[in-house]
Amino acid sequence: MSANVNHSLPLEYQTEQNRLNILGFWIFIGAEIVLFATLFAVYGVLGHRYAGGPTPSDIFKLNDVLIETLLLLTSSFTCGLAVFFMRQRNMKQLLVWFVITLLLGAGFLFMEIREFIHYVHEGATMQTSAFLSSFFVLLGTHGAHVTFGIIWAIMLIIQLLQRGLTPVTARKMFIISLYWHFLDVVWIFIFTFVYLKGMVG
Amino acid sequence: MGIKWNEMLVGGDPLLVGSQIAIVLTVVAIVVGLTYFKKWGWLWREWLTTVDHKKIGIMYILSGVLMFFRGGMDGLLMKAQTARPEMSFLDAQHYNEIFTTHGVIMILFMAMPFLIGLMNVVVPLQIGARDVAFPQLNALSFWLFFSGAMLFNISFVVGGSPDAGWTSYFPLAGKEFSPGIGNNYYAIALQIAGLGTLMTGINFIVTILKMRAPGMTLMKMPMFTWTTFITSIIIVAAFPIFTVALALMTFDRLYGTHFFTLSSGGSDMLWANLFWLWGHPEVYIVILPAFGIFSEVIATFSRKTLFGYTSMVISIVGIAFLSMIVWVHHFYTMDAGPAVNSFFSITTMLIAVPTGVKIFNWLFTMRKGRIQFTTAMLWALAFVPNFVIGGVTGVMLAMAAADFQYHNTLFLVAHFHYVLIPGVVFAVFAGLYYWWPKMFGFMLNEKLGKYHFWLFTIGFNVTFMPMFFLGLKGAVRRAYTYSAESGFAPLFLVSAIGSIILAVGFAVFCYNIYWSFRYAKRNVSHDPWDARTLEWMTASPVQFYNFAVVPEVKQLDAFWHMKKRGEKLTLKESDIKKIHMPSNSGLPFYMAVVFGITGFFLVFEAHIAAAVAAIGIVVGLIIRSFDYNDGYYVSVDEIKETERTWRTVEGGTENHVG
Repeated sequence: MSANVNHSLPLEYQTEQNRLNILGFWIFIGAEIVLFATLFAVYGVLGHRYAGGPTPSDIFKLNDVLIETLLLLTSSFTCGLAVFFMRQRNMKQLLVWFVITLLLGAGFLFMEIREFIHYVHEGATMQTSAFLSSFFVLLGTHGAHVTFGIIWAIMLIIQLLQRGLTPVTARKMFIISLYWHFLDVVWIFIFTFVYLKGMVG
Repeated sequence: MGIKWNEMLVGGDPLLVGSQIAIVLTVVAIVVGLTYFKKWGWLWREWLTTVDHKKIGIMYILSGVLMFFRGGMDGLLMKAQTARPEMSFLDAQHYNEIFTTHGVIMILFMAMPFLIGLMNVVVPLQIGARDVAFPQLNALSFWLFFSGAMLFNISFVVGGSPDAGWTSYFPLAGKEFSPGIGNNYYAIALQIAGLGTLMTGINFIVTILKMRAPGMTLMKMPMFTWTTFITSIIIVAAFPIFTVALALMTFDRLYGTHFFTLSSGGSDMLWANLFWLWGHPEVYIVILPAFGIFSEVIATFSRKTLFGYTSMVISIVGIAFLSMIVWVHHFYTMDAGPAVNSFFSITTMLIAVPTGVKIFNWLFTMRKGRIQFTTAMLWALAFVPNFVIGGVTGVMLAMAAADFQYHNTLFLVAHFHYVLIPGVVFAVFAGLYYWWPKMFGFMLNEKLGKYHFWLFTIGFNVTFMPMFFLGLKGAVRRAYTYSAESGFAPLFLVSAIGSIILAVGFAVFCYNIYWSFRYAKRNVSHDPWDARTLEWMTASPVQFYNFAVVPEVKQLDAFWHMKKRGEKLTLKESDIKKIHMPSNSGLPFYMAVVFGITGFFLVFEAHIAAAVAAIGIVVGLIIRSFDYNDGYYVSVDEIKETERTWRTVEGGTENHVG
C-alpha cells in the first residue's frame, strides 16, 4: 500500500500494492481454473448425449477450428512480445504488438461467432440436446472471456496513451497478459477435448 | 418486457399481505427517519461508501442479525405448523416455500455474513495490518452479498418464493415442474451473493499471505487467522463450482437448455453432484472460522496457550482436503452403487479424526487452566458437548448402509442442526460477546448475555433433541403435516415449545444489543479480557488506521507475551510516520444497485430490460478501470492526537477513542 518504489524489480512489481494485485490475480486465475474445470466436467458427462440430434462429426468444421486455434495461439505469442517490449520500456513496440494481439483476438471471435451461426442454421442450437447445451455454454464462456478481455484491453490502451508506462499501467498490462495466456491454455483444452476428441470419437 | 405486472405482488394470504404492509411501513419509517434527523450524508460518507474493513465487518454482522430474524421467523412458522397433527396454519405450498427460504437464508445469508463479518473486523487486526489487501474490492464483496440477499428476500412478496428446497434438486427445480419464477430468484440472487463471497476469499488469501506484521510467520498466526486463511482457500476452490451450477440452472430455466432436464439427454444427478461439490465444502466454509473463534475464546478464558497448535493447523488443513471428497454422502440412496458409497463412507468417517483432534485440543487447553465463565466462554463450553452429539450422529449417517434408514428423516435434520447451531451460531455469539468491545468500545451486558445463553441453549436442545427420535420413528423431513395416528404429536409439540424458548433467547440477545448501546459503560479498556492476540493491543473501538506503529511479533500469542515481559504500550512519538489509507468509494454501492436491478429483471425473464441494466455493470467496471485514486496520507499530527485520547503518558491506557 505504501508508495515505496523498488527500482531493482521489473516495473510491474515495483510497488507493494502491485505485488498484492498480481498475487490476487493469480488466485483469481485459480478460481477460473475451477470454473472451467467444472464446465469441462459437465461437457464430459453430457458431451455424448445427442438425444437424436447432431453429433460432433455431423457439424464440426475442423478447418475453421484450425484457423481459430492458429489465431488465438499467435495472439498469445504477440501478447508475450508486448510484455517483452514493456520491460524494455519501448512504448511504441508495446502498443504495436498489443494491438496486433487484439486484432488476432477479434479475428478469433469473428470466426467463432461465424461457426456458431453456422451450427444454428444447421438446426444445432443450445436447446437441441444436452451435448449442444454443454458445448455452447463451455465455448460461449470462453468466448465471453475473450470479448471481455478485448474491451478491457482497449480501456488499458487508452490509459497507456494517457499516462505512459508507470508502475500502475505496467501492472495492468502484465495482469491482462496473464489473463490472455490463461484463455489460450483453456482453448488448447477445448481444441483437444471438444474438437479433436469429437472428430475421433 | 414480458413482466406480468398483475402477477408481481403475491397476494391473498393474510401472512403475506401483513408482511408486505410491514415492509412498506419499515421502508417509509427509515426514509422519514433519515430525512428528519438529516442523516443521509452521514449514511453515505460513513457507511455506504466506506472501505474500512471494520465498518464493512459491522455491516456484515448487522445483515446477519437481520437475516437471523428472517430465517428464524421461517423456522418458527414451520414449528407452528407441525406443532399439532393435521394443522392447516400453512398449506403445503407455503410450507415448501418456507423451508426453502429458511435453509438458504440461514446458511448463505445468516451464517456466512456473521462469519465473514467477524473475519473482516478481526483478521487484519490480528495480523497487525492496516486493512485488507484490496479494500475497495472488499466493499464490493459486501455490497454484492447484500444485493443478492435483498433480491432473495423480496421473493416471498414479489413474484413468489423458491419452493424446491435449499438444495433445489432437479427435475423438481426445473421449468417443467416449477414453472413460476420463484426458483429464478434462487438461481440469480445466490449467483450475485456468491460472486461477493468469491472475492472475499481471494482478498483474505492475499491479505493473510502478504500483510502480516514483521516477525509473524505462518506458524505464529492466531488460530482464527489460520482458519480464515484455510476457509478462504476452500471458498476459492468451491465457489466457482456453484457459480457454474447456478449459471447452468439459469440457462435451463430461462433459455431452455438441457443440462439437468429429464428430456433431451439432460442429467438431474449432475445438479446433485455439482450442488454438493460446492455444498459440502460450504459446510466447512462456515464451520472452520467458527472453530477459530472457539480457539481464541477458549485460550483467552483458560489463560493458557492453545493446546496442540501445530496439530490444530494440520487438522484444519486435513478437514479442508477431506471436505472436497465427501460430497456423495448427501445422496447415498440415489443409485451411486456400493463401491462408490463405500469410498465416500470412508472419507466421511475420516473427517471425524481431525475434528476429534480439535475437540481434544480444546479440552486440553482448558485442563488446569483458570477458567473464567464469561458469556463468550459459556458458548464455547456448551459447544463441545452439543457439537459432539452432532458429530457422532454424523458418523451414524456416514455409514451408507445405515443411511438408507435415516435418509430424508428428521433424524438428519436434527443432526445438521446439532452441527450448525453449536458449531456456527454458538461460535458467532461467542465471537460477538468477545470482540464487541473491540468493535464498539463498550461491552455487551454479561448478565443479559447469560440469560441469552441459557434460554438459547436450552431452547435449542428442547427443539432439536426430539427430532432425532421423531426421525428414528419415521417422521420425514419437509412434510407439512402428519396424521394423529402416527403418534408423532407429543414430540412435535415439545419441539415447537423449544423453538419458542430459542426465539426468546434470541430476543434477549437483541435486547442486550439495545441495552448495551444505550447504557453500557463507555470507558472500557482496550484489553478488557486480558487477551492474547494483537487486536487487543490497539484502542477500543479501533482507530481507523488500526495501529499507530505496526507491532513486531516474536512468538505465538504475541500480545500476551509482551504483557508478561512488562512491555508498556508507550508510543515513541519519533516512531510515528504518516500512514497511507485508501479513499472511500461509491462505486461498490453503485455496482450492488445495478447488479440488483439486472438480477431482478432476469428473475422476471425480462431479457431486454436485463441487458440494458447490464450495461450499467460494464459502465461501473470501466469507471473502476480509469480510477487512479491512490488514497491519502494520515498526518503524523493527526495520529499523535488520536493516540493521546487513549494512551496515558506512563504507557498505560484507559479511555475510549473518539
